[in-house]
Amino acid sequence: MGLLGNAVISGLLLGGFYAAVSIGVSISFGMLDIVNIAHPAFIILGSYCAYIMNAWFGIDPILTSLVLIPAFYLLGTAIYQVYHLAFERRGDQSLRGLAFFFGLLFITEVVLVLVFGVDYRLVQAAYIGPSLHLGVIELPLRLLVPCVVSLGLIGLLQVFLSRSFIGRAILAVAQDQLALRLMAADPVRIKRIAFGISIATASVAGAILIIIQPVEPSLGREYIGRVFAICVLGGLGSFAGTVVAAMTIGIVESLTATFYGPSWSPAVAFGFLLLALAVRPAGVFGR
Amino acid sequence: MRITTFLLVAIVCAALTFLAARWIGNGYVFFAGYVVLQYIVLATAWNILGGYCGYVNFGVAAFFALGAYAAVAVGKLVPLPLPVMMLIGGVVSGVLGLAMGYLTLRLRGAFFSIATLAMAVVAQTLMVNWAFVGGSAGAYSIRPMKTPLLGIDYIQYLFLLMLGLSVLSVVTARLIERSRLGLGFASIRDDELAAEASGVPTLRLKLFATTLSGALMGMAGAPLPLYVTFLDPPSAFSLSYAVNTIAMPLIGGTGSWPGPVIGAVLIATLQQVATVTISSAVNLLIVGVVLVGFVVAAPNGILGLMRSGVPRERRGARRAVART
Amino acid sequence: MTELLDVSGLGKRFGGFVALEGIDLRVAAGERVGLIGPNGSGKSTLVNCLSGTLRHDSGRVRFDGRMLDGLAPHRRTRLGLARSFQLPRPFSSLTVGDNLRVPIEYAMRAHPHAASIDLAARCDELLGMVGLHGRARAHPPDLTQVEMRKLELARAMAAEPKLLIADEAMAGLSHAEVDDILALLLRLNDRGVTIIMIEHIMRAVMQFSQRLVVLVAGRKIADGDPAEVIRNPEVERAYLGE
Repeated sequence: MGLLGNAVISGLLLGGFYAAVSIGVSISFGMLDIVNIAHPAFIILGSYCAYIMNAWFGIDPILTSLVLIPAFYLLGTAIYQVYHLAFERRGDQSLRGLAFFFGLLFITEVVLVLVFGVDYRLVQAAYIGPSLHLGVIELPLRLLVPCVVSLGLIGLLQVFLSRSFIGRAILAVAQDQLALRLMAADPVRIKRIAFGISIATASVAGAILIIIQPVEPSLGREYIGRVFAICVLGGLGSFAGTVVAAMTIGIVESLTATFYGPSWSPAVAFGFLLLALAVRPAGVFGR
Repeated sequence: MRITTFLLVAIVCAALTFLAARWIGNGYVFFAGYVVLQYIVLATAWNILGGYCGYVNFGVAAFFALGAYAAVAVGKLVPLPLPVMMLIGGVVSGVLGLAMGYLTLRLRGAFFSIATLAMAVVAQTLMVNWAFVGGSAGAYSIRPMKTPLLGIDYIQYLFLLMLGLSVLSVVTARLIERSRLGLGFASIRDDELAAEASGVPTLRLKLFATTLSGALMGMAGAPLPLYVTFLDPPSAFSLSYAVNTIAMPLIGGTGSWPGPVIGAVLIATLQQVATVTISSAVNLLIVGVVLVGFVVAAPNGILGLMRSGVPRERRGARRAVART
Repeated sequence: MTELLDVSGLGKRFGGFVALEGIDLRVAAGERVGLIGPNGSGKSTLVNCLSGTLRHDSGRVRFDGRMLDGLAPHRRTRLGLARSFQLPRPFSSLTVGDNLRVPIEYAMRAHPHAASIDLAARCDELLGMVGLHGRARAHPPDLTQVEMRKLELARAMAAEPKLLIADEAMAGLSHAEVDDILALLLRLNDRGVTIIMIEHIMRAVMQFSQRLVVLVAGRKIADGDPAEVIRNPEVERAYLGE
């Protein structure tokens, strides 16, 4: 199909994966206005959990991630509780909130280095390696499976948010906290649940990350620019927008990697981030 | 205390420090002291943008390392005296600060912070791919034994330069604090919207802070190649620079110039002592944990704890409740 | 009468939502204008567009003979257009005195006699004017609600503006406190400051305004003598419903 065609296909699939990576931030930043720059670190944590279960027991990484969703959810609620008590209630001290998450990012990375070392880790699974051939199109399963899982996850979340009561409360709290309180729902509890869900997605995102590529502790940092660029470009809080933005970045990165070399990917993500920030109207403080 | 008096006192303190170090006679004092002084500069520089203006720069390593790499690059073309290299490093990183600011400071502080983090990754990628300065293999710098003019050991010369830069940084910070500029910075930090409404040209002030902060960091980075003699991207862009530089003012206190100095002296000294006994990774972990601890429990840092029992942040709770 | 503020055809949208449409407003120097309207009618959006915090999408704003379109808020303040915030936004880490120093140092720069200002004296004068004598050393978190409102107004006044937009400065205050602020605004007007008062408290609006403007759903539906305006059936309908 040619280099270009395959690069685009890979980019689309990669983008689907990027959407899963970003969906958590779409919730925490897009809906709750919490700048959780540590989110990629939790994803890496998810990758390592999948790695352990795979290396020791041969368990499929995606299965691991699903089982661990409750644990990550609880981690998320705990972190939000601390964040809320320490920062939200005191009024806007975004400096310290950012430093808090930066500290978490850093601590997670260092702990992973201490436990696992700096070597790359990867997983073994039946679908890493073979490709699906549809006529002239080659779909590496290594990319296809994560993409499918990712879109499935996002689809499920979208249904949850629009159909269930808690889901709609989350959408409401994103827009108007006072109104929510007047409707006798506790915004803090709703936000805690939402943040918990945001971190729970990291479990799945981490598992599919390590399927796509080998993982080492500092990888999270490369994803920060990417993730926030996707969320901002996609429209904060919009899942559909996040998916589209993710696929766009995926394609551009794939093309750059094919024709210029893979080490320039962070630059592409950064370029997108600057683009995303430039697209927002100048002179508007806040969203 | 007038600023000229402050400057004189600072210079005298610096001179005494240098003489004390020479009197101790152990070369290690200069090696360890250099790192402490370097962090005084980094922490003070960071605090000008972070503590005074409220904008968090996570890309400390980029500003710092680019100063170092500028020195390496220029050094390969034409060997210049180290103080000139420091100025060049300052200009390079100052321009980077200006550019970053121009691109992102019209928006929320959070976007600026995210952009600095992403930028650091890109800066590292650029250096890895630039063969002229060694790329991923790194670059060697030969450290002379003796200083050309003064005849003292070169490491003492590096120590002296960093001492001078520390004095410059601290005096600059103090000067800003008590000036109209500092008032403007504080108003931006407290409420940017209200600052604009009060006539403060917020964008211009923020750009100034970002440029100045970046320039000081770049100046601190320029002597690094000669200090470590081997410079490669992973070590130059190490995340530990960012964590330490941010932890120091947050632990020492962000409101005023003594905070970053206290934080830097405390943490950098402890680290120099501890690296001998515990691994550097555990070392960093402790810094990270202490950082989070202070940010959550003691928002005004050590200075704040010293000043009053109740951190002023708590009193803002009333306003915060009214907001929601 | 000299026209200080000339707004014509002002419009502002947020995505698909039209917050303001076709707003025309002329304010003469020294006038006292009241601006009322139900919640969500666009009053705050209008203030934000006039002060420069938001960029309007259509129409133009002329102030003191100058076009304001595209100017940043701090430039407008320096030109003499000041606003106070609905929810007070003090600089909480600074003292009350320093809160006033900020606009004095920054907004007064354009004034001809800027160099000769005695900071401390000017601060005291402003504090005295709003009734915050001797509170220069206090910190905003320690102030009462009405004191914060006064500080908010003092800060807006610090730059000696030609036009002051007071955005719901009396909301939530007691009867006596409302009178307090009302008297303050009248005093300011006596000194020559043109004032646009945005309020819900009808008593204060009627006592204060020489002219009343009514905003409903982003449009101006009335503009004229206060007594006549409130008798206007459209205005009644907007507040009381069909």
